[in-house]
Amino acid sequence: MFDFATFIPRAISQSIPLLLGSTGEIMTEKSGNLNLGTAGVMYVGGMCGVIGAFFYENSPGKMNGVLAVLIPLVCCLLGSLIMGLIYCFLTVTLRANQNVTGLALTTFGVGFGNFFGGSLIKISGAEVPSIILTNTSNFFRAKLPFADKFGWFGKVFLSYSFLAYAAIVIAILAGRTLKKTRTGLHLRAVGENPATADAAGINVIKYKYVATCLGSMIAGLGGLYYVMDYTNGIWSNDAFGDRGWLAIALVIFTLWNPVSSIFASILFGGLYILYIYIPTGTNLAFKELYKMLPYVVTIIVLIMTSLRNKRENQPPEALGLPYFREDR
Amino acid sequence: MNSKTPLIHITKRSDIPVGRAILIRVIAIAAALLLCGFLTTLLTGLNPIEVYASMIRGSFGTSRKLWNLLQNMAMLLCVALALAPAFRMRFWNLGGDGQALMGCLAASACMILIGDKVSNTALIIIESVAALAAGAIWALIPAIFKAKWNTNETLFTLMMNYVATQIVAFFIIIWESPKGSGNIGVINQHTEAGWFPSIGSNKYLLNVLIVIALTLIIFFYMRYTKHGYEISVVGESERTARYIGIKVHKVIIRTMLLSGAICGLAGLLLGPGTNHTLATGIIDGRGFTAVMVAWLAKFDPLVMIITSFLLVFLQRGSNEIATAFMLNKSFGDILTGIILFFIIGSDFFINYQLHFRKSGRKEAK
Repeated sequence: MFDFATFIPRAISQSIPLLLGSTGEIMTEKSGNLNLGTAGVMYVGGMCGVIGAFFYENSPGKMNGVLAVLIPLVCCLLGSLIMGLIYCFLTVTLRANQNVTGLALTTFGVGFGNFFGGSLIKISGAEVPSIILTNTSNFFRAKLPFADKFGWFGKVFLSYSFLAYAAIVIAILAGRTLKKTRTGLHLRAVGENPATADAAGINVIKYKYVATCLGSMIAGLGGLYYVMDYTNGIWSNDAFGDRGWLAIALVIFTLWNPVSSIFASILFGGLYILYIYIPTGTNLAFKELYKMLPYVVTIIVLIMTSLRNKRENQPPEALGLPYFREDR
Repeated sequence: MNSKTPLIHITKRSDIPVGRAILIRVIAIAAALLLCGFLTTLLTGLNPIEVYASMIRGSFGTSRKLWNLLQNMAMLLCVALALAPAFRMRFWNLGGDGQALMGCLAASACMILIGDKVSNTALIIIESVAALAAGAIWALIPAIFKAKWNTNETLFTLMMNYVATQIVAFFIIIWESPKGSGNIGVINQHTEAGWFPSIGSNKYLLNVLIVIALTLIIFFYMRYTKHGYEISVVGESERTARYIGIKVHKVIIRTMLLSGAICGLAGLLLGPGTNHTLATGIIDGRGFTAVMVAWLAKFDPLVMIITSFLLVFLQRGSNEIATAFMLNKSFGDILTGIILFFIIGSDFFINYQLHFRKSGRKEAK
């Protein structure tokens, strides 16, 4: 029998980095910036958190729970903010091509993560090629004390850490901001037609910068969650894998809606680990085919949205295009 | 009134003397190298000049290293040549990795399945055709959807990479040898069936020659043929293209078939042409690096020789410093990223001109 009580919690904790990544990317894309560097941003976010936690854990004195969470959190946010600023400066101020900038950002970010990962492994003199931050991770993974009392209900709904719930709150807040507030309306206007937004007195450059940097910081949190929570505080180089790209795929899958991204990322998280749960016997080869499910599903959604061609389901109209006021 | 004039006023340049453009690029790269040197010292405490010297030694030091550099350049350039026509058409083919991987898969399948059934010449012809066709089909799928329903090709081609990776992983387990090792080792190690012949004793020379020929062909194709002209028009303005009677759908599909086939060729050269094996990482991210090679060169095949050299030099050089100074290999990625940021940013100064606010008196005149 398929074991839902263990599958769903695993799918959900698998989904949180994807959810944070896609929420961040939706914010970014709504401002008309297609940031293909999300993979790199998430690496940098995770790594900066690891650096902060590493030095705090190895500093003399007893660890304080609040600081143990705050230091990596602030480091992570700062690191991903800088990545967002680099992207904005190049694409918004210098009007560089967004795809190329994003790919360069990925090269840089993944390199950054693996270089500092490797260096810290060397400093710590570990025998295994990974950094182990179990103490910090324990603070991050502090759970609701009464979760165990509710049996399967507790396991499925209450067994996660604060970052997981924060991710869901951020997604709901982002969705509300985009749909119901004036700021959100302005942001969408900037993404759809910057020239019109500019004429209406909206500061296009400011909106692009703020949305992209906020988006980067949210995506960076995804990297932090992955290290501190999903892997129990163990960083190994390249372990984060292609989750950054999957987050970009989710953006399309959810049709640029952070709230539906909550469910979609759980679905993706489930698809991502489904191969572990499907009994294939001794034939390992088919497990490899199951691993392509999230990508195939994304492609199908991509095709479906373009086939149905509904106005509200389309990407922001100015997505990927630089804005130059004097250019008419 | 003066206070309302912005400090900097930006206008688009119509064109810029070639020398000036090159100068801006050189300044950008020099500034990037300075920053990289500073960072190197800061992070590792090494003398940056020594690090750069060892990068140069790593690329040109011995004839073996030089051939490695040429081989890697040729492979990267091959993928970039595949992407250039698509990019010129404003079709963002980020699926170079997947298309090349499918090409390599098809060629390997031929070597494994019919390696002992046909003559060696026939096998090489069959595997080449199969590789080109596989790459072309992998590119054709997103192209059809783009042409018919305007499906976003950037993300479609990106996703196709991962699908290709999993398909290859599937076949690797089926063909793995020895069983349970997780890789398939060298294919036809004893018979060498399906292996590309080497010219003299140099195993990379044939690859390099093929790519040089391809560069010239693509240069000619894009600049002097009707197809190349149609690609540029579709890229500049789809409406204009339709107005002057170009069938946009046909151009998209035709160009992507070409793009995919050349990616398949890259897979063929990497598989039977070099490594004689199949692995999910055999393309080594060249599909993404090639995007930058093509874009930095503004899709000009001849300039792409220079840009592919630059990127391969950075990669080879940083591998060298990684071993020489006991650094992590990824340090090179950081340096590459920084240098790319500078080159990408320098484009602004080529495309636009800054006018600073003149002093108040002049303004009053």
